[in-house]
Amino acid sequence: MDLLLVDWSFILEKFFLIVIVVLASLGIALYTTFAERKVAAVIQDRRGPNRAGPFGLLQPFADGLKLIFKEDIIPLSSNKALFILGPGLAMVTALLTSAVIPWGGEMDFFGRKVSLQIADVNIGILYVFGVVSMGVYGIMIGGWASNNKFSLLAAIRGASQIISYELAMGLSLIALLMLTGSLSLKTIVEQQMSGAWGGFLGWNIIYQPLGFLIFIICAFAECNRTPFDLPEAENELNFGYHQEYSSMKLGFYLFAEYINMFISSVLMATLFFGGYDIPFVNEASLAESWGQNIVAFMGIGSLLVKTVIFIFIFMWVRWTIPRFRYDQLMDLGWKKLIPLALVNMLITGAVVLWLNK
Amino acid sequence: MQSLTNRAKVLKLKPLSLWERLYLPGIFKGMAITFSHIFQKKATINYPEQKRPFSPVFRGLHVLNRDEEGREKCTACGLCAVSCPAEAITMEGAERKKGEENLYKEEKYAAKYEINMLRCIFCGLCEEACPKDAIYLTETFAPANYTRKSFIYGKPDLLIPDPVTQPGEYETAKGKIEEHKANTRAKKTD
Repeated sequence: MDLLLVDWSFILEKFFLIVIVVLASLGIALYTTFAERKVAAVIQDRRGPNRAGPFGLLQPFADGLKLIFKEDIIPLSSNKALFILGPGLAMVTALLTSAVIPWGGEMDFFGRKVSLQIADVNIGILYVFGVVSMGVYGIMIGGWASNNKFSLLAAIRGASQIISYELAMGLSLIALLMLTGSLSLKTIVEQQMSGAWGGFLGWNIIYQPLGFLIFIICAFAECNRTPFDLPEAENELNFGYHQEYSSMKLGFYLFAEYINMFISSVLMATLFFGGYDIPFVNEASLAESWGQNIVAFMGIGSLLVKTVIFIFIFMWVRWTIPRFRYDQLMDLGWKKLIPLALVNMLITGAVVLWLNK
Repeated sequence: MQSLTNRAKVLKLKPLSLWERLYLPGIFKGMAITFSHIFQKKATINYPEQKRPFSPVFRGLHVLNRDEEGREKCTACGLCAVSCPAEAITMEGAERKKGEENLYKEEKYAAKYEINMLRCIFCGLCEEACPKDAIYLTETFAPANYTRKSFIYGKPDLLIPDPVTQPGEYETAKGKIEEHKANTRAKKTD
């Protein structure tokens, strides 16, 4: 009987939340591929895909169908189990991060308070880092199992790049954590919301501009986006670590990249730009007059708007800046960003100490 | 030494200043440039709906002409075939019979007239050689097909629509150039 004493509505609520978040991430990643092509086009004075459906809006589905119906080739000399595991791992780690992100405030369903966060872990940021560093296994295993020298080179590049930039990323966040004093993403957002000007002055970007700069550069490197897309440098390594992949396995790799991009955009919005905070609006007083659910939806909208802006910046940078050379990449990571992050950490620590005295 | 255009730039290999070594200002400058391109005029057009204007001397696929009464002008003299450097044109002449005066303008006509579009180099020498104004190169181009054989255009593919029995089609075939020019002008303004 003890089994039945579980709070079933809690499980149901979380289940639906997970389904919605996963489907939404997939849908957004789907349309990010489309947006990428459109942004690339307008930046290069072209028009972009506009044939499938109105304004080409069905293009991602056409791409997806094409990938699904392609022949799925597993090279004879590859390590089959790992070859199949690679893209799956990339996809899973890309999606896992979304579990700790607070997508909005609380909603009211028939008197039941529902938090729009799958799991409010008190070590949220640590969890994110753990999962993100797992992401490198997708690339490593894929590149290794392909039994192709280009793929292997790309995998090595990817691994060393991600490990190097994770350091600077972590150090830049330590300065942020000194301010917030909490690793829970929900607490971080709530602290930002309590700032002046309807939360706007509480945003961490105001107190940690340097930290944000380091974080965004590292986020580019972690997502393997230009200017740090060395693992898939087309003109050097043909196609990089997913060279031997075809059909939906390739699709998974490409898709995981876009999900990563989406998740890191959400993370940046959450950590530095107030998360689901609507700037210049006092949510608590608004919730009294308009109702909690509407304000929660507006919060989700606010978070999504910030996310879309970041995704656009990702693309904008991709179609502007040429790729780094490998030694430049390592130079930037180890000799520039890490000392910078350390200095940032020291200054923040000193200021925090001085203010608390 | 003075260069031809006076636009040559002397390359300065000075070490980068601190501002340049910061790298970020350069990045922001580049991003501003790409961002400004979002609002610039597109270099491409929506091709099948919109077409770029051709030069008046453009040489596309051939058309066999008719006179105002709809009679074929070609007399199968063979000058076009002789002038063709790619040897793409073959024809067979035939004599006009009684009662066919409404079909063929002169006593002799081309019973078979084929142009191999895969051989043709669209030089337009056939058009220049024709003494009867019978063959013209149009603005139609880039035909697509599945077999090599279907690129050998026979008389049904080449003949312009009859102005008597199909006046509409004839007009569109003739006025295509004018309509096309007006079209591109209209699309340009919006």
